[in-house]
Amino acid sequence: MAEATLQVFRGGPESGKPVDYRVPLVPGMVVLDALHSIQSHQAPDLAVRWNCKAGKCGSCSAEVNGRPRLTCKTRMDSLPLDQPITIFPMKAFPLIKDLVTNVSWNYKVNQKIPPFQPRPGVEWKMDQRDVDRVQEFRKCIECFLCQNVCHVLRDHARREEFGGPRFFVRVAGLEMHPLDGASRARLLRDELGIGLCNITKCCTEVCPEDIHITDNAIIPLKERVVDEFYDPLLMLVRKIRGAKTA
Amino acid sequence: MNPEYETHEHDVLIIGAGGAGLRAAIEALAQGARVGVVCKSLLGKAHTVMAEGGIAAAMCNVDQADDWRTHFRDTMRGGKLLNNWRMAQLHALEAPDRVRELEQWGALFDRTESGEILQRAFGGHTFKRLCHVGDRTGLEMIRTLQDRGVHQGIDVYMECTVARLLKYGDHIAGAFAYWREQGRFVVFKAKAIIIATGGIGKAWKITSNSWEYTGDGMALAYHAGAELMDMEFVQFHPTGMVWPPGVQGILVTEAVRGEGGTLRNKNGERFMERYDPKKMELSTRDVVARAIYTEVREGRGTEHGGAFLDISHKPAEYVKRKLPSMYHQFLELADVDITKGPMEVGPTCHYVMGGIRVDAETAQTSVPGLFAAGEAAAGLHGANRLGGNSLSDLLVFGRRAGLAAAQHAKKTGTPTIDAGQVEQAERELLAPFDRADGESPYQIHHDLQDVMQTLVGIFRTEQDLRRALTEIEKLRARAARMRVEGSRLFNPGWHLSRDIQCMLTVSEACTHAALARRESRGAHSRLDYPKLDDAWGRKNNIIVKKGDAMALIERPVVEMPDDLKQILAEDT
Repeated sequence: MAEATLQVFRGGPESGKPVDYRVPLVPGMVVLDALHSIQSHQAPDLAVRWNCKAGKCGSCSAEVNGRPRLTCKTRMDSLPLDQPITIFPMKAFPLIKDLVTNVSWNYKVNQKIPPFQPRPGVEWKMDQRDVDRVQEFRKCIECFLCQNVCHVLRDHARREEFGGPRFFVRVAGLEMHPLDGASRARLLRDELGIGLCNITKCCTEVCPEDIHITDNAIIPLKERVVDEFYDPLLMLVRKIRGAKTA
Repeated sequence: MNPEYETHEHDVLIIGAGGAGLRAAIEALAQGARVGVVCKSLLGKAHTVMAEGGIAAAMCNVDQADDWRTHFRDTMRGGKLLNNWRMAQLHALEAPDRVRELEQWGALFDRTESGEILQRAFGGHTFKRLCHVGDRTGLEMIRTLQDRGVHQGIDVYMECTVARLLKYGDHIAGAFAYWREQGRFVVFKAKAIIIATGGIGKAWKITSNSWEYTGDGMALAYHAGAELMDMEFVQFHPTGMVWPPGVQGILVTEAVRGEGGTLRNKNGERFMERYDPKKMELSTRDVVARAIYTEVREGRGTEHGGAFLDISHKPAEYVKRKLPSMYHQFLELADVDITKGPMEVGPTCHYVMGGIRVDAETAQTSVPGLFAAGEAAAGLHGANRLGGNSLSDLLVFGRRAGLAAAQHAKKTGTPTIDAGQVEQAERELLAPFDRADGESPYQIHHDLQDVMQTLVGIFRTEQDLRRALTEIEKLRARAARMRVEGSRLFNPGWHLSRDIQCMLTVSEACTHAALARRESRGAHSRLDYPKLDDAWGRKNNIIVKKGDAMALIERPVVEMPDDLKQILAEDT
């Protein structure tokens, strides 16, 4: 039977190294299957997160041959099998063990975002075309691959001042909800630091759900922030009326 | 008790963070309770996220003729009248409000032309009834509940596994758990506990279920003295992927058939004509699963042992819009473009109708202070569940459980934890580390899956079921000697060693009940008793712990009032 070599990171934050495992290949096998095979036969304590194995839950993110992927959707036969396949944990998050990282920071960011607030007295009717636009953002499975590749987080670790692409997608889903009445522009500017994003589109490239994160979420949100805080005409109007900015 | 244990105290502790658990948490919180939610995975990854087709609720947005009576009748008929009638009634009555509530919390369903929530057809439902978001309805639901719950102020303990329920006398007092990450132990004190842990599919080899579905809640409740009911009724979803082997069992949503998909065998025959000419592909899941299985067994299956499911007669853009994740799933995992050709599908273990016996109104079990909702509870679905009735079940009975548990907590004093129970649970959890040699839990799990798949599958016989009981007994003996390698730090082998104990308990319960029921009804098909038996139609099988052994007792199905009998008798 044909075999592949997987070079899997083993260890914790203090010490760790890649370890080679030989795995028999099965037709249609994905990287997560190979990891499960290692658990069953060679390393029962290999730490891996996973749930649905169908690309719906976003649990099994890792860096396969240097590329951030869902291991449940990465076919073994799509990889060059004549050399070892490297599997490393997501780099942008603190390591716990093997392929498992501490992603709790993401949940803290989410708590900062004001939830959906229907406008008072709305009629609960929506046009499918308006819903389509938001449903794109609602597809997000929170795999955090976009967070993992965003250079603001990955290379500069600015977690205190930046929300990351996942949460711009989340805010976009709320801001563009046809019946939502809240404004999250100040949050975007001050707490989620949307200005730090310089739209290199790395997030869009790795999104397993094909969400156009940069074009459809981040850029329109940046425009909202600009409209709200930096539009000279609006600033003048506000000055004349004596109104405060949002 | 070891004073070093991390301890948390809640009025209501909820085990499980899927649809039922989160809906229960939101309700208990609204009642003023201090609420904690414990879950084995990260928040938002629970099995609900995999639900695809939709939520059944008689909203009447597409078919004006629908109403709760028809939904009630469909549910009861689908369940072959073994359902708890009151649960089926409450479910049909309350589901529309629960869906509207989700929308008010931010969920975005697909729309009709006039802007209402769109509804689609599904197996066993008389009318177009399933509110949906393409084929990712579960994701929409869990994200909505998750955000609502977190912003309302629930405390969530993620990646934490409950190993034992703690009691004070007859009453629930709390739970003993371990953190998956560090392997440390934690004690939860609680006046009321809601079990919302989902199902048992991981005991079978071909399954749509995730690693979490190991029957934890049912096993915990059983050991705490609660009754399990209808455990013989395991739903095999007719359409799981069959090829390639790496993806075997992954769910193919019933929405494919709801949107007009047809089933054919290798000879090109639409074989459902022979099994249910009236409803065809939209017959109930038990019927379609048996039909595909029979076609394959009689030599009319596809190359890889399944049937062809085809939606390619619909416009490609329509398929991509209504079934986007199916489109990608087949393209990426099986090299099949479903807009151009058929999928190969076959039955996959998907859901258990049975579970913890509960009171219909309050979701309370026979143990004071212990509640259960969702797939972990029994009663609503009887002998077979209709597609779409699970998500609505989670919302309707999750809410009811949260309400009743919060009210129960208000009249209950602070519980006392019995140190002896905690110490025993700790000893049992750590025992596999202490053994110098022994089998790996993975091997035992693998063998259990073989036993359940081959001997307690879609078609059952007395001989197979007796053999299964013997095999489960042997596996239990092997599990008592298994060994875990490595440390307590995020160690899946260790985690599995404990999950296996739960799987063995629910597998044994399922097999006992299947052996006792000498008839074929809904999802339970006996080759040696192929017909419905009226006497069995009046009985539920109950599994209860007697000493250290499992006992089976029969209970009469609760008698339905005359006005509901009338509804059932009416034709559609």
